[in-house]
Amino acid sequence: MNAPGRRAASIVAALAALLPVAAGRPGAAAGVDQAVLAAEARRVETIRRATATAVAIFAGAEGGGSGVLMTADGYALTNFHVVQPAGVAMTCGLADGRLYDAVLVGLDPTGDVALVKLLGRDDFPFATLADSDAVEVGDWCFAAGNPFLLATDLVPSISAGIVSGTHRYQFPAGTILEYADCIQTDAAINPGNSGGGLFDSAGRLIGINGRASFEKRGRVNVGAGYAISANQLRNFMGCLRGGLLVDHATLGATVATAADGRVVVSDILDTSDAWRRGLRYDDEIVSLAGRPVRTVNAFKNILGTLPAGWQVPLAYRRDGRRQEMLVRLAGVHAPAELARIVAAGDESRQAEPAPPPDGKPRRQPAARQQPEPLLPDAVRGLYEARPGFTNHHFNLVERDRVAKALATAGGAPRRGEWVLSGTLATGGEFRIELSDTVATIDLPTGTSTLDATAELDASPEPPGSGGMLAALVLWRRLATEGPAAVGRTIYRGTAPRDPRAIDPSGGDLVDVLETAVAGVEGRVAIDPEGAVVGIDLWTAPDQDPCEIRFVGRREDDPALPARMVVQRGPESFGTFVVERAERTGGDR
Amino acid sequence: MIRTAAACFMALLPCLAGTLAGADEPAPQSVIAGAARKVVKLYGAGGLRGLEAYQSGILVSPDGRILTVASTVLDSEQLDCVLDDGRRFEARLVGIDPRRELAVLQIEADDLPCFALEELPAAVPPGTRVVALSNMFGVAAGDERVTAQRGVIAAVVPLEARRGAAEAPFRGAVYVLDCTTNNPGSPGGALVDARGRLVGMIGKELRSTAAGIWLNYALPASELIAGSEAILVGDAAAVATAEIAPFDPRLLGAILVPDLLDRTPPFVESIDPGSAAARAGLAADDLVIAVGGRTVTTRAGVEQALGGLAEGDPVKLTVIRRGSLVELDLGPRPRGAKP
Repeated sequence: MNAPGRRAASIVAALAALLPVAAGRPGAAAGVDQAVLAAEARRVETIRRATATAVAIFAGAEGGGSGVLMTADGYALTNFHVVQPAGVAMTCGLADGRLYDAVLVGLDPTGDVALVKLLGRDDFPFATLADSDAVEVGDWCFAAGNPFLLATDLVPSISAGIVSGTHRYQFPAGTILEYADCIQTDAAINPGNSGGGLFDSAGRLIGINGRASFEKRGRVNVGAGYAISANQLRNFMGCLRGGLLVDHATLGATVATAADGRVVVSDILDTSDAWRRGLRYDDEIVSLAGRPVRTVNAFKNILGTLPAGWQVPLAYRRDGRRQEMLVRLAGVHAPAELARIVAAGDESRQAEPAPPPDGKPRRQPAARQQPEPLLPDAVRGLYEARPGFTNHHFNLVERDRVAKALATAGGAPRRGEWVLSGTLATGGEFRIELSDTVATIDLPTGTSTLDATAELDASPEPPGSGGMLAALVLWRRLATEGPAAVGRTIYRGTAPRDPRAIDPSGGDLVDVLETAVAGVEGRVAIDPEGAVVGIDLWTAPDQDPCEIRFVGRREDDPALPARMVVQRGPESFGTFVVERAERTGGDR
Repeated sequence: MIRTAAACFMALLPCLAGTLAGADEPAPQSVIAGAARKVVKLYGAGGLRGLEAYQSGILVSPDGRILTVASTVLDSEQLDCVLDDGRRFEARLVGIDPRRELAVLQIEADDLPCFALEELPAAVPPGTRVVALSNMFGVAAGDERVTAQRGVIAAVVPLEARRGAAEAPFRGAVYVLDCTTNNPGSPGGALVDARGRLVGMIGKELRSTAAGIWLNYALPASELIAGSEAILVGDAAAVATAEIAPFDPRLLGAILVPDLLDRTPPFVESIDPGSAAARAGLAADDLVIAVGGRTVTTRAGVEQALGGLAEGDPVKLTVIRRGSLVELDLGPRPRGAKP
């Protein structure tokens, strides 16, 4: 540790020594207002609870940092730059004084977030995410973590402060580690606090500390620390749990401030969904994902909290007229690019390294990770390398969880014919028949048929739907055969149940499975009860998919929708009101 | 020291109660929200390391008068002022109080939220809880709210500080704070009390002359009032005094050419053998062009620049010798001769 670091460490130690004096024994507090004592007791209890969730992460000679437990079965959030030197297995300590083996689960290198799983218990104490948009400047908050790697007894340091700023945008350090929409605090955030929690006065997690403004005094706190917001973490939690190598979202367009202060499109890719939906140069961006856009920073803040692949509402103004669209967000990086960043990492380490614990010069990082790392016994069977994933093992864990929910919602396996019939909202009747071999739809405009055993992209039937029959075939196959048996199906994290009603504070998220099979690619959204709520199906890449939204459920069979709304791009194909439905058991 | 420790302990008390506000005080969130509207972001000259091109300022009249620190940021043709609501104005420099290093700016606007100088509370004692509001590190852009830091006035002491080699001209009492306000962009920011009243202005990025540490301090409201009055009345310049005593380079063993002209160029005439100048390799006919990186053009300028260094500061000269630049280190500056 350098000299300023040592000095700061001794100051921290001195303050720690003061604390028992300040906390006092009840006997010593005679004459103190009861309300003050009660508030003190509440605060001590709040900090005690948060302390129990704080993780000290040891990443070998390269340093270490902090983390915070999020579930009883040991999932813990931290920073990408904290776990990066550790590889896939690490040792973590809790305030109970015990060491736990942990395995890397998911990485979001752009957002500087990592998810690890502590092993060996199913009753870990854990923190809960607050609505970080409700946080106000002036709110009391505190950080729990491992600054200067002081916690040799594994008990975290607590530093108190206030929220100094909200919705801060911090430019990427190098090409990655962008801190968008982050919370600024004057609670001391020092090297080693990285990855630890920032808690509100009720002990709820409002963010993950990961960055601080350092300048002329060296790498010690100068009153400006930054935490990744809880709402961003909530958006990415599903992707991280799924063991993905997570990417952030881009609109495929850049914005700039016009002379009159409006935020306008300054460049746009003609391959982007926004372009296909009609967004053009000089359009004024009014809102994105349900949040107003008044500055370029606000635009970047909103985008920075969203995972690649989400569909969100975008409002823009052209010639004084406000228009809205749903737009699909692409990834910022090519998958190989992210893999390179994770493997090399020199850049990120320059940006925000954990401190060397012993003052020795930092070992030069290896140019690449070992492709097949030697795993400690504790994490054997919990790690599988695969391109595009941080840890493919956990993708299977999540996929199986969703499969179980799907199977539960579907009741007994019903592998026979599925028949749904009813009326179209625009008038006329429809009848859909789905089986292992064939899919048929009768519409007032005619009958369409699809061979369910052949390639599904041959003809996107019925005409104009973009592939509704193929989407229904995919739905039935996932439900009857299970996700593991259908093509290449991966768990894609979570997304808003209804993108139009997106809740910026991250309310209603559902699981997403991504399937590539028989020439088509589908994304299927499944709610926690296992009911399918939406299917997007592409018969060709870079074209508008067929989008089916399942609305409501049938009372006699909750696996089936009460209504299906079918859309392709901006064009509505039809709203199908299901009046009769039957799934037969089949006799295979 | 004891006074500082007592102030720190007082600072802990409100924290124990789990809130920043006392029983009869408004919520800190609303206090900060209200006061932050009266703090502006200023953008001007600079951009080099250690010389940021931005700082903070305080609105002191509804029609756009702004108080800030006098600094190199203001040395700009174009001085931009961004209000809390994101509106951007071009600011005009009205005047400077060189002693307090205060400046008054003016923007063309009306009905602005502001701190009324005539209503500022009297001097506040050590132990007073405060919130510092400034655009430190320039993290607040456009309509983004400036940074809020909570702190305590730890001491009220005379300012003894310097910036680089130069002694800070102001020697009056300032508020020393227990929070880190000495950061790029902070100077000119507001220090408010628990009710949101302006008690001071965050000072420039200075180091303590005694300890060499970066000082977290604020200029008290009384100095803001006196300084802005001096500027607006127009006698601020008269207040300015160059209090730096010249330092004779003979004390380093360097004899410069006789100071016969108004602007005698600082040529070296001779060197005392065995002196610091001789050891460093300074030679007759060298032309001194910089002291400690600061350009000097006259013999008097050299003496002034050497005087600006503290005793023990390294004396670094840049000289021109036969058409080439030569850097010389004469070691620590000795004590100056008694006048």
